[in-house]
Amino acid sequence: MTWIDSLLQSQPSWTNFAIFAGLGVTMLSITLGFVTFAILAERKVMGYMQLRHGPNRVGGRFGLLQSVADILKLLLKEDTRPKQADKTLFVLAPVIAYAPAFLVIAVIPFTEAFKFTDIGVGLLYYIAISGISTIGIVTAGWASNNKYALMGGMRAAAQMISYEIPLVMSVIGIILFTGSLNLVEIVQAQENIAFIFLQPIAFLIFLIAGTAELNRTPFDLPEAESELVAGYHVEYSGFRWAFFMLSEYVYLFALSALITVLFLGGWNAPIPGIGLNEIGLGAVWFTIKFIVIVFLFMWMRITFPRLRADQLMEFGWKVLLPIALANIFLSALIKELFF
Amino acid sequence: MSDDKELEKKKAAEEARSKAEELKREKAEQEPPEEKVKNSKIAPDKEEDPSDEKESDKELAKKKAAAAAKAKAAALAKKKAKEQKETESGKKEDTDEESSKKKPVKEAAEADRKQKEQEAEPKDADTEEDKEKKKAAAAAKAKAAAKRKKEAAEGADGEDEKAKAVAAAKAKAAAARAKKKAADKGEEEEEKPSPNQPLLDKYVKVLKDHLGEDIFEDFYINRLSKHVPTLVAKRDTYHRIAEFLRFNDQLGFDYLSELHGTDFESHMEVYVHLFSFKNLQSLALKVKIDRDNPEIDSVVDLWQGANWPECEAYDLLGIRFRNHPDLKRILLGEDWVGHPMRKDYEPYDVEV
Amino acid sequence: MIRTEEMMLNVGPQHPSTHGVFRLVIKVDGETIVEATPVIGYLHRGTEKLAEDLQYTQIIPYTDRMDYISAMTNNYVLCHAVETMMGAELPDRAEYLRVLAMELGRVASHLVWFGTYLLDIGAVSPFLYAFREREMIINLLNELSGARLTFNYMRVGGVKWDAPDGWLEKVREFVPYMREQLKGYHDLVTGNEIFLNRVKGIGKYTKEEAIQYSLSGANLRCTGVEWDLRKHETYSVYDRFDFNVITREGGDAWSRYQCRMAEIEESLKIIEQAVEQIPDDGKYMGKVPRIIKAPKGEAFVRIESPRGEIGCYIASEGKKEPYRLKFRRPSFYNLQILPKLLKGENMANLITILGGVDIVLGEVDG
Repeated sequence: MTWIDSLLQSQPSWTNFAIFAGLGVTMLSITLGFVTFAILAERKVMGYMQLRHGPNRVGGRFGLLQSVADILKLLLKEDTRPKQADKTLFVLAPVIAYAPAFLVIAVIPFTEAFKFTDIGVGLLYYIAISGISTIGIVTAGWASNNKYALMGGMRAAAQMISYEIPLVMSVIGIILFTGSLNLVEIVQAQENIAFIFLQPIAFLIFLIAGTAELNRTPFDLPEAESELVAGYHVEYSGFRWAFFMLSEYVYLFALSALITVLFLGGWNAPIPGIGLNEIGLGAVWFTIKFIVIVFLFMWMRITFPRLRADQLMEFGWKVLLPIALANIFLSALIKELFF
Repeated sequence: MSDDKELEKKKAAEEARSKAEELKREKAEQEPPEEKVKNSKIAPDKEEDPSDEKESDKELAKKKAAAAAKAKAAALAKKKAKEQKETESGKKEDTDEESSKKKPVKEAAEADRKQKEQEAEPKDADTEEDKEKKKAAAAAKAKAAAKRKKEAAEGADGEDEKAKAVAAAKAKAAAARAKKKAADKGEEEEEKPSPNQPLLDKYVKVLKDHLGEDIFEDFYINRLSKHVPTLVAKRDTYHRIAEFLRFNDQLGFDYLSELHGTDFESHMEVYVHLFSFKNLQSLALKVKIDRDNPEIDSVVDLWQGANWPECEAYDLLGIRFRNHPDLKRILLGEDWVGHPMRKDYEPYDVEV
Repeated sequence: MIRTEEMMLNVGPQHPSTHGVFRLVIKVDGETIVEATPVIGYLHRGTEKLAEDLQYTQIIPYTDRMDYISAMTNNYVLCHAVETMMGAELPDRAEYLRVLAMELGRVASHLVWFGTYLLDIGAVSPFLYAFREREMIINLLNELSGARLTFNYMRVGGVKWDAPDGWLEKVREFVPYMREQLKGYHDLVTGNEIFLNRVKGIGKYTKEEAIQYSLSGANLRCTGVEWDLRKHETYSVYDRFDFNVITREGGDAWSRYQCRMAEIEESLKIIEQAVEQIPDDGKYMGKVPRIIKAPKGEAFVRIESPRGEIGCYIASEGKKEPYRLKFRRPSFYNLQILPKLLKGENMANLITILGGVDIVLGEVDG
């Protein structure tokens, strides 16, 4: 029983609230800190992969403050809104897209001690909440009163709904193995072997569907720059636009963390026995695994071209979903026969 | 062996040349148009004579350098010699002349194809030259015995061992020079040989056969433009000719390479450059139209590719194309005043 | 009740994938294009009108600005037209330098196409790889002509400058390097399943349609028509090189891609041979009059530019200036088939098809 567990199970009180509010703010700062440097990291990685240097002016020769400067610029930028736009929805859309990105972080256990909730249906919660962002994107597309934005919004709706299904289906195998939707228990179940080895198919499906959920290349159709100019956020500027961009990176953070938890064994050591979790190495293991996944996402973005809308839907429904279903069946068989 | 033959052949060819010259002079005044065609085919030989003698050395040198060309020339020469013999023995003068009139059409097409497939000018010059020689030779043999001696003497001037090469080289060089000169000197142009002359004759003949005698304003070989056969249609026959060129199985000008208009101040002109993927031949079709009321049939129904070019001609010159599916001011926009490529164009915006 | 309606959408003139100021008014039903109308002319600068008041040599810089991706071929077509009319004879070295410049330009042009096409399809990195190599070519041409894009290098009768010392050596070294990089491109892009899915079977047309619409270049060869003016209406010294005319049978965007990529290799072959064959007599200018005057008459010549058949028509009155100058601009002709190809396609394919035509707006608008 760690201190956080006791906190979570204590009686509600103002002290309790203050502690959790403080933790929440800390988490928010960590996440934003991550986003700041994730953007920088992506630009640097992309730069080096593309024979460039990436940002190297603001904040030393690694451009450490580049993202900070960018965000400051966005904050100070004039906020424009199309005359014909639906004012209320136009303002509301970025918030709807952004808020769930933070909500989902609540359920992710980073280490045994560092977590904010411990609800029984953590996984379900994550998937349910992250779906709300879609509404924000569709709203943005519609409210902008712009044809490109509308197309982007519609693409986003179609894509995210389609890929939510294989995403959920792929983790059912894990749920079967663990017998729980609780993410902490899922991590604990991987003490000896990570689920990536037991559920490789599920991992691939989850990775692909997850990329689609993130709207990143090769699934960046809602904002496909070369087709729809910028898609759903074409009319947004300043910090409203920053909300969309930030939510994308927060989701990158959340999804990478989730993959780490689900498939890579979370804070468990990659090789059982050298865990050394007692002395707090769990956070290190988690971070390493997490960074590998983030890097993988960046790598994919830099390498792949974009899919076409109809191919994307076909791939989701005709390829990923059947495979995911077959995977459930297979997992059930394996569990029945060997465990 | 072959050297002898070549020598022989060469002599014959030269006879032919002189004969042709003579013939041409004779006929020049009274000839009907058909004969003109023939004349112009024969004419080239005449052109060669002086140049041959003057510059044979140079040609020789060139010849040596181009070994491959030499070999080819030799082969052709052999062939020619054979055919010559045949004609000598087997046929009458009349038939020879007649066949020589017709042959070139087919041969020219063939030769033309060859010349495109193969390398550069020298070789096509050979084939053309061959043809002309052959034809002329047949006619010449019977008539000009006296000249033969003279010609033989000329032939003997050259070194025997190189006679073969000389013949080919001369022909080549002469043709090449002729082309170059053609560009410079207007007067000589008329008399010069053009490798595409038989093609032009063929087109003109086929078109006249099918569409009637009186369909052209003019037709000629445009020497400045890589000897492209050029037909100048009449306003009312322009579309018919184009249609025929497009759909005729033999001609098959299926590719419109270029279409544009020009304001020549006295008249407007639409220039169409056609190409046949079937025969790999080019053709320029032109039509002169009234400058004050520039209107002409559209050819978009024949070549879709003429769509935008016609719009451009309309935009820049004000030529209206009848039956064009969507004639619009493609470059300048509908609110532009005037047609800039007309020579009398005044900019509407005074400040510019 | 669900009510649907078609909407009009302006793609361009400011749009990331129109490669310049090209506007496409499309009517879409959802994302399916019902009708597409290209609107051009935003970059029309009246080159042909301007040329009527310019001497031939003065026109050359204007040609640079037409197809600014491959300006050397534009230079050449004008000079070639005037030379054809004058019957000018060029020293071999000039011809070889021209061929080298043009073929390097062709490689550069195809590289730009490759990069931007992949950018259209959504892959960012190949663009930068292609531009690395293209930059090397641009530097080579810069050394040769003194300019990176608007070369103004050729003159009637030859070229402006001889190749600087060591330039040929650099070109020689570039060829194997480029071949190596090409392998990398193929590894990265050609085998990519997503890319293949995006281009295979897209924007398909037949041989007959291609000819009917006056397409040229890779747009024509992708349907199996073996037609390359370098080979079949040979000009300059192209008859001295051993190279293949690349054709593909598909007639779709994939075939066009394959054609262009293979053409890079063929151009490299030509460059390789030209570097070997070039005479080093230092004669790079033929004997032409100080003041260029095309003889009275008219001429139309056409050559193979990276985008297709570029032609030049000159009507001359024997003066220093042309009476009428007209360029057959391949992009202008190639673009005509677009409305037909776009009908029934979706937005994503619009980009694939438009990109596959390989247009340069400076050329489309003249």
